[in-house]
Amino acid sequence: MPIKSLLCASAVLAVAGSTAFAETEIQWWHAMGGTNGERVNKIAEDFNATQSDYKVVPVYKGNYTETMTAAIAAFRAKEHPQIVQVFEVGTATMMAAKGAIYPVEKLMNDAGEPFDGDAFLPAVVSYYETPEGELLSMPFNSSTPVLWYNKDALDAAGAAVPATWDEVKTASQKLVDNGMKCGVSFGWQSWVMIENFSAWHNLPTGTKENGFAGFDTELTFNNAQVAARLDDVASMGKDGLFVYGGRRGDSLPMFTNGECGMWMNSSAYYGSISSQAKFEFGQAMLPLDTNVADAPQNSIIGGATLWVLEGHDEAEYKGTAKFLTYLSSPEVQSWWHQETGYVPITTAAYELSKEQGFYDSNPGTDTAIKQLSLNTPTANSRGLRYGNFVQVRDVINEELEALWGGEKTAQDALDAAVSRGNDLLRRFERTANPS
Amino acid sequence: MLKRVHFPTSALPYLLVAPQILITLVFFIWPASQAMYQSFLIEDAFGLGTEFVWFENFEILWSDSHYLASFQRTAVFSLLVAGLSMGVALLLAGFAQRVVRGAMFYRTLLIWPYAVAPVLAGALWVFMFNPTLGIFPYFLEFAGITWNHYLNGTQAMALVILAAAWKQVAYNFLFYLAAMQSIPNSVIEAAAIDGAGPARRFWTIIFPLISPTTFFLLVINMVYAFFETFGIIHAVTQGGPGTSTTILVYKVFNDGFVGLDLGGSAAQSVVLMVLVIAMTVVQFRFVERKVAY
Repeated sequence: MPIKSLLCASAVLAVAGSTAFAETEIQWWHAMGGTNGERVNKIAEDFNATQSDYKVVPVYKGNYTETMTAAIAAFRAKEHPQIVQVFEVGTATMMAAKGAIYPVEKLMNDAGEPFDGDAFLPAVVSYYETPEGELLSMPFNSSTPVLWYNKDALDAAGAAVPATWDEVKTASQKLVDNGMKCGVSFGWQSWVMIENFSAWHNLPTGTKENGFAGFDTELTFNNAQVAARLDDVASMGKDGLFVYGGRRGDSLPMFTNGECGMWMNSSAYYGSISSQAKFEFGQAMLPLDTNVADAPQNSIIGGATLWVLEGHDEAEYKGTAKFLTYLSSPEVQSWWHQETGYVPITTAAYELSKEQGFYDSNPGTDTAIKQLSLNTPTANSRGLRYGNFVQVRDVINEELEALWGGEKTAQDALDAAVSRGNDLLRRFERTANPS
Repeated sequence: MLKRVHFPTSALPYLLVAPQILITLVFFIWPASQAMYQSFLIEDAFGLGTEFVWFENFEILWSDSHYLASFQRTAVFSLLVAGLSMGVALLLAGFAQRVVRGAMFYRTLLIWPYAVAPVLAGALWVFMFNPTLGIFPYFLEFAGITWNHYLNGTQAMALVILAAAWKQVAYNFLFYLAAMQSIPNSVIEAAAIDGAGPARRFWTIIFPLISPTTFFLLVINMVYAFFETFGIIHAVTQGGPGTSTTILVYKVFNDGFVGLDLGGSAAQSVVLMVLVIAMTVVQFRFVERKVAY
């Protein structure tokens, strides 16, 4: 199949619609559909209204993967936007593209925009920094997995909100005994059960500081602690306490329909859950495995950041920098956070939300940010940066499904995932061109 | 030896076939050769770091047990999709042929699904078979079947086959109906007068007479199952659980468009291309002998 020419053709079609305006136009490709898309439009409109030199044009490009591939295809055809939203999984691919990306910190300095890296939450910003501490992309919508619980169901079953995995098991048993179809489920299993489980218990997922210190990294998450946890979850599955419900957010209905009492997934499901659930629900921190650690470290983020692409003129970059300043202002960020459930990316936005009384009227909505800023991130809890990570996550999904299906033990599944993942990392390393 | 007929040379015949040749060159030969070239490269997503590696992408594929396993899966998938969609279409066309009143209405209804894009068709089936929300799992529960295609590979495979076949039934139906309508009524009436029942008439007269259509549809449906079903699989199972629904074309799509591994994906598509060419040759050489035009 002519992949390259297809990519090019779709890119050409994509930009054919844009026309020139008197103001300098800045294209912003994003992956926020539905109501979040309207919120993105509002941010751009509000910025455009503040001045008349620049015009930010947000363009919805489909889901995260589609947006990223569209931007890359456009770059290959030299018709790329100034700003593109890329999910955290694409970080290594983006940063390896020397000559294609314009580091945000450098952009801000070149354009003479005020920029203070310390204003951002460390757990958010450290995911997107070079080993030297230069910020590569502008954090925008970050989230982290939390434990969502059905308060009514837990109360009815006489179970407390769990804080440890042992308590998760006990609570699940009580929920099932009380007639529920399952106790607990989760989505984005690589992110929740491996990446975040490891960070939360300060375990590495790979060598070289989880990939931050170089592309010659190897995956190591097939350790005894992760294996023991996953084996336990699999055995909960055999007892009907845990039900697997798909790779991404597919299991959301299981939670909102009241089949499962607990659900581990992104804090950014706040909007969906509050509009769908007909019961009282809450968010709690991820459970701790007391066999592994005495206290949690911090969780790591998901979501996306805004990358600036090379190849445009100075005036456009000046406008881009001005827009990024506007976007990360406390007012815009706290509004975005409160509307969507994504975490506020700056301390100032968090403080502003506190002042506005948002957490008092919506208890639990600060769980995500508390989890992220629980401790100063270590090399294990800063995040992860592996090449070809979209494919590595597919591999992890496949192997974990073999585990839930009872075809493999946790150790076998993890060993296979690590070995297949390492092949993908070696492949990536050959073409990567780190700056 | 046959005696060849000679015509005086003129530019006209070349001119007449030129559009066809041009289209083939632009839309088949050029992209196909691009894919061939791409399959010799290992490249980063942006095309900034490119390495020419000859056959390494293919070597990687042949040493990947998951890739080899997906051949068998693809064979099962495409045979069942083609068989199911053609079988059902034949049955429906047979009935629609006999309908006298409201024939247009039935035909329109049956052709409808063809207008649905594969991803949408997938989304439709995802909803109907969602273990929590779906209507079918609810009914299956009464029959004592627990439906969870997120966990059960066989169920997931059954679901994508069903979704892919359903999509193609309309197309096949159209061709079968047209073929049946072109059979002279007098032949069938004569058989009926001789005392042949509907089933007998079908198998001894109608079916042999529509064998060219069946053969054509077999080729089309195999190509459909091989090349065009990735949208359905992406929407329904994403190749899972495990790798139980990762057929060859889905892996091409997923590695290339989602994973941005263009070299590896191009190598797979070259393999797929060769496979389909081989399959078509086999069909024309061996299956076509059973076809009476």
